[in-house]
Amino acid sequence: MFLAPDDLETIWLTIRLATTVTGILLLLGTPLAWWLARSRSWLKGPLGAVVALPLVLPPSVLGFYLLLAMGPNGPVGWLTTSLGVGPLPFTFWGLVLASVFYSLPFMVQPLQNSFESVGDRPLEVAATLGASRLDAFFTVALPLAKPGFLTASIMTFAHTVGEFGVVLMIGGNIPGATRVASVQIYDHVEALEYGQAHRLAAVMLIFSFLVLLGLYAWRPTPKKG
Amino acid sequence: MKLSKCLFLICACILAIVPAASAEEVSVAVAANFTAPMKQIAADFEKASGNKVVLAFGASGKFYAQIKNGAPFQLFLSADDEKPAKLEKEGLTVPGSRFTYAIGTLVLWSAKPGLVDANGDILAKGTFNKIAIANPQLAPYGAAAMEVLAKRGLTAAIKPKMVQGENISQTFQFVGTGNADLGFVALSQVMKDGKVSGGSSWIVPGKLHEPIRQDAVLLIKGKGSPAAEALVRYLKTDKAKAIIRSYGYGI
Repeated sequence: MFLAPDDLETIWLTIRLATTVTGILLLLGTPLAWWLARSRSWLKGPLGAVVALPLVLPPSVLGFYLLLAMGPNGPVGWLTTSLGVGPLPFTFWGLVLASVFYSLPFMVQPLQNSFESVGDRPLEVAATLGASRLDAFFTVALPLAKPGFLTASIMTFAHTVGEFGVVLMIGGNIPGATRVASVQIYDHVEALEYGQAHRLAAVMLIFSFLVLLGLYAWRPTPKKG
Repeated sequence: MKLSKCLFLICACILAIVPAASAEEVSVAVAANFTAPMKQIAADFEKASGNKVVLAFGASGKFYAQIKNGAPFQLFLSADDEKPAKLEKEGLTVPGSRFTYAIGTLVLWSAKPGLVDANGDILAKGTFNKIAIANPQLAPYGAAAMEVLAKRGLTAAIKPKMVQGENISQTFQFVGTGNADLGFVALSQVMKDGKVSGGSSWIVPGKLHEPIRQDAVLLIKGKGSPAAEALVRYLKTDKAKAIIRSYGYGI
């Protein structure tokens, strides 16, 4: 067997986490990106900046704030406790929440760009043909922005797979719940188990390369609108 | 007159910038848990010897990997006794230079006052949400904590409530932020002015686990460096030992 069972478990957990986060961000990120692309509100600037924050903040800062926010004395922790969910750190859903925030720009920004490149004209045409705004969004804007959706989903998935710092800060390294592949590699290196670290790292490397290769090989030529 | 004054000033500046010939730099890799005492010891040593100490703090495992790959450290203060011994076996140290500079004290600590009793009976009661323990594969404090649990026959009972930090700094963070009700941390993390500050604690008796030996070793790059050798000697002085003890370590 190339990988030990507990290494395999971390890979499955990583895939589960990345899939969940990508799904949630598709639902959350689409309306947000649409609003950012179409709005003329003064809120656009501040909200765009908040979305982009995880790109520039070190994961250690994010992780530490999330740990405080989700803890029993933090606002998120207070909310989850009063809802009867209990505190989120050291749970799979805690990781999901953190990753949703951390991967937000990777979903929103490509979507926003593709919505912006759709432009006003197709939507105006749809409106003159009697389509409601919602109808126009689903039948006109979405199909035109399809390449953006694919890019955003792949980027979000890959970015979540590669997450490390935030998970380290709020995960607690629980097998099957919060021990993802990146943390397992770190543990192997720290424990001087270089052989196992190499094998797991090679799997991650090949996976990341294939994802990016797929992304760059499949680059649709941008249509002139 | 003016010109001579200028010249004098320039000379004075140059003398101030260029260190005296006897002063040297010594670069030290220090395990993160020893950060505070080492800063104090280094400052004292600099004052006493005129040498400059450059400190790098981090995880012992990372330092081991970096030293193996040619990192320019002259002295290594590990969080355990395993890694310095391994480096010695691999011929990366000055033979015979390995010594124990501190012995860690384990403490069961909670940020909540009154939660942890003076005998650690709470472990058996299980009246807590989560217990934080440093990863026993990586951190000697974690391995010692697991020994304590095994001695009390609680390993299986505690397992579902266990969360692991990568090192004791992170383990302390889990407990300090209240995300875990209690945890096994290092006494040096909760000690202030010679006593445990805040929360509630049980200082684990040393006989319940193997001693947590923290060893230091002079590395190949420090061979023949008077400053590095002087710092090693300084670490063994009573003055340095008093500082180390004041941070909750035995020695």
